[in-house]
Amino acid sequence: MLEARSLNQLSGMPDEVVSSIITDPALRSCIQCGTCGGVCPFGYLMDYPPVRVIAALRADVFSKVFTSDTIWMCVACSMCSTSCPAQIPLTADLMSRLKEEMILQGSVPEELQTALENSQRYGNPLGEASRKRADWTRGAGVPVPIFGKDVTQADVLWFVGDYASYHPRALRASQALARLLRLLNVDFAILGNEESSDGDSQRLAGEHGLFELLAEKNGRVFKKYKFKQIITTDPHAFNALKNEYPLAGISYPVQHSTQFLYERIDQLKPFLRREVKARVVYHDPCYLGRANGIYEEPRALLKAIPGLTLVELPHHHKTSLCCGGGGGGMWLDGFQWEKSHTRLSEWCVQEALQLKAGVMAIACPYETPRFEDAIKIVSHTDGLAIKDVCELLLESVGTES
Amino acid sequence: MKILVPIQLVPDLVEELVIAQDGKRLDLDATRWIISEFDDHAIEQAILLKEKIGGEVTVIAPDFEGTEDVLYQALAKGADQVVKLSGDFQSELNTHALARLVVHYLQTKSERPDLILTGVQANSSLDGSLGPLLAAYLDLPFVDCVAQTEIEDQKITVRKEYPGGLTADWSVALPVVLGIQAANTPPRYVPISKMRLAMKTGSIATEEVGELDLSGAVDSTRMYTPEADQRAQMIDGDVDQVAEKLVALFKELGVL
Repeated sequence: MLEARSLNQLSGMPDEVVSSIITDPALRSCIQCGTCGGVCPFGYLMDYPPVRVIAALRADVFSKVFTSDTIWMCVACSMCSTSCPAQIPLTADLMSRLKEEMILQGSVPEELQTALENSQRYGNPLGEASRKRADWTRGAGVPVPIFGKDVTQADVLWFVGDYASYHPRALRASQALARLLRLLNVDFAILGNEESSDGDSQRLAGEHGLFELLAEKNGRVFKKYKFKQIITTDPHAFNALKNEYPLAGISYPVQHSTQFLYERIDQLKPFLRREVKARVVYHDPCYLGRANGIYEEPRALLKAIPGLTLVELPHHHKTSLCCGGGGGGMWLDGFQWEKSHTRLSEWCVQEALQLKAGVMAIACPYETPRFEDAIKIVSHTDGLAIKDVCELLLESVGTES
Repeated sequence: MKILVPIQLVPDLVEELVIAQDGKRLDLDATRWIISEFDDHAIEQAILLKEKIGGEVTVIAPDFEGTEDVLYQALAKGADQVVKLSGDFQSELNTHALARLVVHYLQTKSERPDLILTGVQANSSLDGSLGPLLAAYLDLPFVDCVAQTEIEDQKITVRKEYPGGLTADWSVALPVVLGIQAANTPPRYVPISKMRLAMKTGSIATEEVGELDLSGAVDSTRMYTPEADQRAQMIDGDVDQVAEKLVALFKELGVL
């Protein structure tokens, strides 16, 4: 074990983070099998994958871990945690704490720093004005009520999330869901500019304090209104609301939009009149699938679309390949490119092409922009389209409904 | 070594800018304030120098909405003292008046700083930047557009940028005022935990400001958003057709 003196030298700050790592009893059960580094999509580029971090800890050379910046290759995809035979919570615990310590030491890649600063100041990592958070509703084609402005209570609070609110491509899936909810006569409302980032990716990028700040902000806003449950299209927001917010006393029933729609599939089916003739692969988002076990609902929705043929990617369900956007990866594109000269999103697109898929269906707002960008780089991608499950459902409904 | 960093808050351009009723200035009540980007670099440079040779960093700012957050952040980065100039001037402060406030603050102190670092410019300054005004009032040497600062034996070497991609290294004896364009490394990140610690343990000194002397400001006659005069014209066709149309257009405009 390290002495207190060297701990102080490591961080120059209260050494809670480092000591919480070195005294973590879970790490003692590590059998040094190396599975974590092997299954990690970027493990081959990491100087210290989890197995070596724990080895360094045991060899009393823990400070060496912080001499390498390859920890920032971790996309928090949970492959290591779900594969670990000792069931050590490597992603949420060890890796995010290492990143936290890196941040406290001031070793933050510049692009990630900008996203974190934006999240602090504007409540979203994109650096958009909060007053613009509900601008996407103008193109929805149906009314989207806003809590505080139009209503004070509704059955469903729709937590829209950052990318689904602001990203010009990702917000089209939000517009599609708004139409589907109208079609199903769901009594829903969004929070508009009162909503802040869910903070989950910032947490997994190591900024635990920022996560708490954002969770508190959202918690205060939730309290102002009456609703029975929360839904969201964003698996990261879903993960935060389901697993992390309750630890801070912010606890509401929450469903991912695909779960919510699946529960109403009988009501939805009669509207799915148009054939969508396409060979479709479905990409499991890490924080819907691996982290939260939701695999079948999105698939069932896709199978309900007439004409659609669903095929499985080589990596699917538990072994799904991360799009590269998690754990801060969304804001580390340049950094990770410099280290790897590849993008995980390109690997995913290549897998879809092997299967001659016409559509890659997704259920996460990070993924449309990531995979569409990948298509621009990978060659021979003619005809492969990236579509959110909600967009495909709406295509089958048709626009006149 | 004593380092003073006078900073300003400027309108945040991410937010909406509203023109006031009189049509001559921004509606400052509707404005959200943010630290001027170059002042952020000035703070960073001050902290970097302190980390290298020791000393004491004081950051001073007029009291706008948001100033306290900026000052706590400076404490979290490593500033030793932060000072808020308190007064009702959010709606009328100009750079000349701010320079006089800083000079007045220094006159009340027994010790003068060895080094004054200011941002090279601020997006709200219509009446010039702060650095040269301070240097003139204090009768100190001044170097502007500084993109790198090194210090050894009370002697500062700065890299000044010139237009056209030229740079020059200057040696300056202390005390001196520097207009910082960029710190040696970009401003550091302040984690929320460090920010909260600074808010809990740090304190902001408040200096009351008397009557403002606003002379030297620029008189603005009208403020307006850019007005579209003519729209861009798209030229259709294949490469040859487009080239032909372009040549005809250039001839018509008299540039060919």
